[in-house]
Amino acid sequence: MNAAALTADLQSRFPGINVRPSKDMPAFDVPAAALADVVRHLRDAHGFDLLADLCGLDRGPAVSPRFAVLIHLLGTGHHAYLRLAAACPSDAAPAVPSVSAVHPGANWHEREAYDMFGIRFDGHPDLRRILMWDAYPHHPLRKEFPLAGIPVELPAADVAAVTGRRVEAAPMVGGPFVSPGGTMAKAEPIARDESWSEEHPKA
Amino acid sequence: MANTEYGYNSKVEGEVIVTRADAVVNWVRSHSVWPMPMGLACCAIELMAAGGSRFDISRFGMEVMRFSPRQADCMIVAGTVTYKMAEVVRRIYDQMAEPKWVVAMGACASSGGMYRSYATLQGVDRIVPVDIYISGCPPRPEALLDGMMLLQEKIRTEGGSLRRTFRGRTVETKIVG
Repeated sequence: MNAAALTADLQSRFPGINVRPSKDMPAFDVPAAALADVVRHLRDAHGFDLLADLCGLDRGPAVSPRFAVLIHLLGTGHHAYLRLAAACPSDAAPAVPSVSAVHPGANWHEREAYDMFGIRFDGHPDLRRILMWDAYPHHPLRKEFPLAGIPVELPAADVAAVTGRRVEAAPMVGGPFVSPGGTMAKAEPIARDESWSEEHPKA
Repeated sequence: MANTEYGYNSKVEGEVIVTRADAVVNWVRSHSVWPMPMGLACCAIELMAAGGSRFDISRFGMEVMRFSPRQADCMIVAGTVTYKMAEVVRRIYDQMAEPKWVVAMGACASSGGMYRSYATLQGVDRIVPVDIYISGCPPRPEALLDGMMLLQEKIRTEGGSLRRTFRGRTVETKIVG
């Protein structure tokens, strides 16, 4: 596969496609509206017939465009990888076209990206949450969402009534835990702040 | 001469055994625990190992794993309970017949374990009453056997085993005949 020819072909067919800085494989920034068409063209004309991965990306509330969708494609004929990034035009209601009509395997990946980031995939046949329960009000992998969680109601009202329980914020005693790096022997995750515990609340 | 004969002596007692009903019922219950394997994560692999020939949970009379809650009286929660799954665990517990016991196997079922996160129930005792907690991540089969033997001990020493009270609700078992 010739990367230069691929770039020229894509840029002539789809205005707005730019080369994306990448250290490992050819990568392109794709306008969100053209995402499904680009993926279809890459499959039909360039042999990128396998969707290796599809995931969401959140750059944090201070950056715009905040959300993006990353797609990794593999050509099983020529064994080359390709990365596509499509930034969502809207930060408040992020959405991109679904590629599940091109690669049916994208179905559950897109549901996961929707579940974790709240990115909607227009044209998806069944865009429901896949990991959290349907009524869950948050998108846990967004930057502003705390790892410990936000208290909400349990999924089942009858179980909540009989147990008197809610979804509680997990006790993060001393955590979150991060690895200081270095050799494996020294990379054991440790707490950034060990000044508090379950007995002694954080000052 | 010291009395060295223990237990049942047919010459003395004939065909009659004198004991308390509680003791008999507890003895029967403790030696025929039918577990409901609530396998949710890697602890379930150790649970399976405990059922295999090397460790052989049937030595203690509790090998009859039943996947139907109607036929089980001891739920072994083996693994991480997410909030999404908590509903199912509670429902299956509700469907089990009284008397019933719950064993929290491993760190995750006992306290949420290493999963301090938005998705994980921080201990299954928040939704069902737990009788035995087993530490380990995952516990070895010996630890599970030890926990189950503790449960047997607990069943054997239960007072008023014909009557069990849970959260203000009393269930009475009647002996007929």
